[in-house]
Order: sequence, then structure tokens, then C-alpha cells
Amino acid sequence: MTKTEHVIMELTVNNHPGVMYNITGLFARRAFNLEGILCGRAENTNTSKMYLLIKNDNRIDQTIKQLEKLYDVLSVSICSDCDVRVFDNISKLIKLK
Amino acid sequence: MKCNGAEIVIKLLEEQDIQKLAGIPGGCNLPLYNALSKSRKIQHILARHEQGAGFIAQGMARTTGKAAVCFATSGPGVTNLLTAIADAKLDSIPIVAITGQIPSFLLGTDAFQEVDTFGLAIPITKHNFYVSSAKDLFHIIPEAFRVAEEGRPGPVIVDIPKDVQLEELEIDNWPAHVTKSDSNLLKNNSIDINDIKKIAQMINESKKPLLYIGGGILHSNSSNYLREFAKKSNIPVASTLMGLGCFPSDDKLSLGMLGMHGAPYTNLILRETDLLIAFGVRFDDRATGNISEFCPKASIIHVDIDPAELDKNKLTKFSVAADIQIVLKELIPLIKEDGREEWSKEVATIKKSNPLPVTDYYNFYQPINLIRQIGSLLTPDTIITTDVGQHQMWVAQAYPFQHPRTLLTSGGLGTMGFGLPVAIGAALANPSKKVVCISGDGSILMNIQELATLADHNLNITVIVINNGGLGMVRQLQELFFDENYIATKFECKPDFTSIAKSFGLKGYDLKDDKNPSNTLKRILSESGPCVINIPVDSKEMVMPIVPPGAGNHEMIGSE
Ligand SMILES: Cc1ncc(C[n+]2csc(CCOP(=O)(O)OP(=O)(O)O)c2C)c(N)n1
Repeated sequence: MTKTEHVIMELTVNNHPGVMYNITGLFARRAFNLEGILCGRAENTNTSKMYLLIKNDNRIDQTIKQLEKLYDVLSVSICSDCDVRVFDNISKLIKLK
Repeated sequence: MKCNGAEIVIKLLEEQDIQKLAGIPGGCNLPLYNALSKSRKIQHILARHEQGAGFIAQGMARTTGKAAVCFATSGPGVTNLLTAIADAKLDSIPIVAITGQIPSFLLGTDAFQEVDTFGLAIPITKHNFYVSSAKDLFHIIPEAFRVAEEGRPGPVIVDIPKDVQLEELEIDNWPAHVTKSDSNLLKNNSIDINDIKKIAQMINESKKPLLYIGGGILHSNSSNYLREFAKKSNIPVASTLMGLGCFPSDDKLSLGMLGMHGAPYTNLILRETDLLIAFGVRFDDRATGNISEFCPKASIIHVDIDPAELDKNKLTKFSVAADIQIVLKELIPLIKEDGREEWSKEVATIKKSNPLPVTDYYNFYQPINLIRQIGSLLTPDTIITTDVGQHQMWVAQAYPFQHPRTLLTSGGLGTMGFGLPVAIGAALANPSKKVVCISGDGSILMNIQELATLADHNLNITVIVINNGGLGMVRQLQELFFDENYIATKFECKPDFTSIAKSFGLKGYDLKDDKNPSNTLKRILSESGPCVINIPVDSKEMVMPIVPPGAGNHEMIGSE
């Protein structure tokens, strides 16, 4: 399998203020790379879905394991059928401004 | 029955079997204190600084393995607590800190003594809870204990606004005591026997296996299994600072501490092993030195309860995330009895020709001698706490530890000021044991106010100040790596610790110019009750050997 430049990580998290802080804080203090974030509440639940765009380097495993240790993170997986282009659309949005 | 949030907290703490907790009151935790005053089961220990309260909780937790509790008020109470919390995080110590917060309707307004406890807590806790209504306490308090103790232990903060502490609930039926979930046990029990077989096979095929053990052995209470395991197959044991005491230091298989200030033979034997059995360790840089040079000839087996530690700093041949105790139990019957004559001989030879640097045996004030003498005068169940610096490393190198949880030291964060309040916590949790805090003249000043707490409770604690007139460890680094350019490491004011002790109402002794210091020390240590002993040592003494920053462990200096 050829290695893609980026991967998208899919997280299910408890939906309460502060969760984002927890997750971005982890990336900052462990110097993991993070290129983009998409987040939204999952309908009819107390959870949210987060999609993180991450460089596909050799720290992916460690990143997943550290995320899994966070209390408010319910699941983490690499999203194989997510379309990286959704993040391209965000960059278009950002450029427009 | 009507109960307010604060009363619910206290009752839930009683259900957790908390008997003593340390703290300091203030505006935003007054309701908690009011409720605490009515408890017949919980004794409050009034610290003199919140950092002291946090470390007292640590002393209880480190000796019992159970989560201990501390209280602080909002704002400065919380910020004072943070160092003790961060220290607990790095050494995986279960504590539950309950902090008062300003009333929720004022949050975010920069109200008096408002600080973002949640934000401050994130990077230094295992998890932290903000309580937004009193009814949530029934879930959050037991959950805080579960999180603190389960898996890899760690500190938890529960932040409770004052209005939630005062919120009254009508409670018809007190919810049944939620017992610790056994989901974790199940998870741990479900280790794959094939993994164990694989580990056993690797060990049985190895010619030169070596155990590298650490805090994980303590946390899983498996030192007895470790002994049985090492003995059965004659595997030498090197320990991290955190692991000291898990394996008896006088056993012929014991290699003492490895790493930056390990004995020369320990680091050299590590170079020869063909199979490193890493149990309950995290390949910390102080232990491994330059990681690419660590155990160059060895395959590595790594077992730790925290999956994130596996392959974090060093790639392993085989690793399992599991409770060490369960792994050891399964493993013991599968490994073969083996004399390992050749390997034992090689180990013995390296040991003999590369000892810790020889010391002037007849000089009482030589630090390594001094620690050995202290060790010979105390019983093996004595609990030793240290501060941070040279004295800490001398203790690690030379004190004859026999049992787990007899050394309490700040391993991961290296916090000066740790020793005294942790000793107080240890003594509170172990009233029948003697506790000795071995400190430096720098570190002791960082929490000296806790002598007042010690005096309040008249605990059986001896504080020994190894007095070299400055910040010895930093001075040593300046001597070795900054061309002897000394700055900010020598004290101008040299307080008289004997008088300080006396002013707190404690006994104070000074071994300076003592004609027979050995005898005096013997007499003092045979007494019980709190006291402070000042022992002067030469300011030029160094901890040897030392692995320079960035070097491999075998490149230590000062080992001849
Ligand atoms: C809170 C804190 N501040 C600074 C340091 C850096 N530091 C490490 S050892 C040391 C000197 C400790 O002096 P002392 O307690 O007298 O012990 P000694 O090394 O002299 O035995 C210092 C300043 C630290 N570890 N902790």
C-alpha cells in the first residue's frame, strides 16, 4: 500500500465544553502535528465527531494511543473512506477571506 | 433528607474510606469545610501551603497505593497545588484534589480569586471534572477515584463552584455505594496466553537476559512475583529510581539503579545483555541515556499497563499492554529454572571490576558513607523520603532498600520541596512506622513551613538535612559542564536548622564538630518523635559516576 501524505483521524468524543481544549492541548504539548480540524455534534447523542487532518508520519501510532487515553475520547480510528478534499474546501474558504 | 453539595461530597469521601485528608480552607471551599466539621470519620490535616497539602496526599497514596485526597480553595489555592499535582502525574500517583471554585454565575468575569482551574489542570492531570450541579456529584466523585486508581494511576482534580457546594437536594434514598467497577480487572485478565508463551520462549532461549524494572512493579504490587521470577531463572535486575525497593538491594541478582547516576557495573552489564526484559518502565531519558546506544546487543520485551508507553521511545521486539502482576503470575511457571552459570559469572566479573567509586570509608561526613551508616541504623521497614539533588542520588546509590514503597522520591518531575510533606503523608498513613526525610539545605527551605504541620501531629519523622551550603547538584553541573563557572549555587545566608526546628517546637540536632558523630546519630535515630538533624558535608562532594547529557550510559565519567 502506498503511503498517503495525510490521513484523517476520526474521533468520537463526549460533547461538553473543554473537550476541544483537551485534544488540541495534547497535540500542542506532545508536539504532534495537526493540519486541520472539523467538528460537529452527532445528532441525538451527547457525543461529537471530530475529524483531524494529520501528516502521515511515524508518530501516528503514538498519537492514537495518547488520544485513546483521554477520558472524553470514546473512540479513535483512521478514516479510510474519508475524503481528504473536505479539508481542501476549508482551505478554499479560508483563502476567500 | 436535605443535603447540600458539600455534605454530599463529604459523605461520598467517607464511602471511599477516606480517613485523613490535607488541605487549606478559603472563601470558595468554606461549605466543604463546614460539612467536613460534621464528619466523624474524616480527620482534616491543616497544611501550611497547598503544595504541602498536595504532597501530604501523595505521601499517603505512595505508601498505600490508594487514592488520597487534598482540598484547596479557588485561585491561589489552586495554583499553589499545581506542582504537587504535576509531580503526581509524572510518577503515576493516584490523588483526588477537590478544589473550590467561585460561584458559577460569576465564572468568566475575572471575579475575586477566579482562575481557570480546568485549563490549568488539563496538561498535568489524568483527567479533571468541573461539577455544574450537585446531583452530578454522585457520579463524579466515585468516578474521580476510579480514574485516579485504575490502569496507570494518576491525579484527578474535581472543581466545584461554591454555589454547587451550597445547592440543596432533597434525597429520599441515598444512592447505593457504587463499588469500583471490575471492568478494568476483566480487561487486565484477558491477556492472551500466547503472548505469555512467546515471552517465556524468548527468555528461555536467551543467554544473557536482564530485567529492567520500574514504578509499574510498585503500582501493580508485584515485587514478590518479581523476586520469584528473577530467582527462578537467575536473571539480574536493574531498577529505575522509581523501582528501588522492589527487589532487595542485597540480593546477588540486584544491580541497583541504572542510568545517569547508576553504578558503573550496572550500565556496563546493560551493554552485554541479549534480552532486555522491561517491566513497568517507560524508557525515560534519565534511565536510558542516549537511547540509540541503550542496550545495543539486546532484543527488547516490554510490558506496561499503559499501551502508549510501548514503542514510544524505543522500538521493541515484543510488547504487551497489561498489568505486570498478571503477566508475572502466568510467566513464572513457564520459564525454566536456570543457573545461567556463564552469564552469572560475567555479571559478577563486571560487578567486581567496576564498583561505585571507592570512598574514604573512615570519613563519617563522606556522603556515600553517611547514607550507608544511616541505612545500617534503621530497620528495613523504615520509610525514606528524599528531596531532589545530590542527596537524593546518594540515597538511590547507597541506601540498602529491601521493600517496595520504602523509598518515596520525586522521580519524574524532580521537585525540590517534596521530602517533608510527603514524609508527613507517609507517617499519617503508617502510624506504626518510622519515616526519615533525607533532604538538602536547598530543598528543605522549599516547604519548610510544613514543620508546623509536623509539630501539630507530633509524627515519628526524622528530617536529615545533608548540608553542603548550596544547591549542590547544580553546582556539580557547573563544575563539570560549565567550566567551573559558579553562579547562584552558593548560599550566603546559612540558616541554623537546629534553631529553626526548635522554633517550631521540634527537637533539633547539629552534627557539626561532633566528636563522635556516629554515636550521636545512632542515639538520635533510636529515639522516636519528630526532629531535625543537620549534617554538614563538603560542598565539593559530587555524585559519581555521571553520564553527561546526550551521552550513552557507558560513557559515564568519574567511574574509576
Ligand atoms: C522546584 C525546583 N527548582 C529547581 C530545581 C533544580 N535543581 C535540581 S537539584 C537542585 C539543588 C538542590 O539543592 P539541595 O536541596 O541543597 O540538594 P543538594 O544537591 O545540595 O544535595 C536544584 C536547584 C528543582 N529540581 N526543583
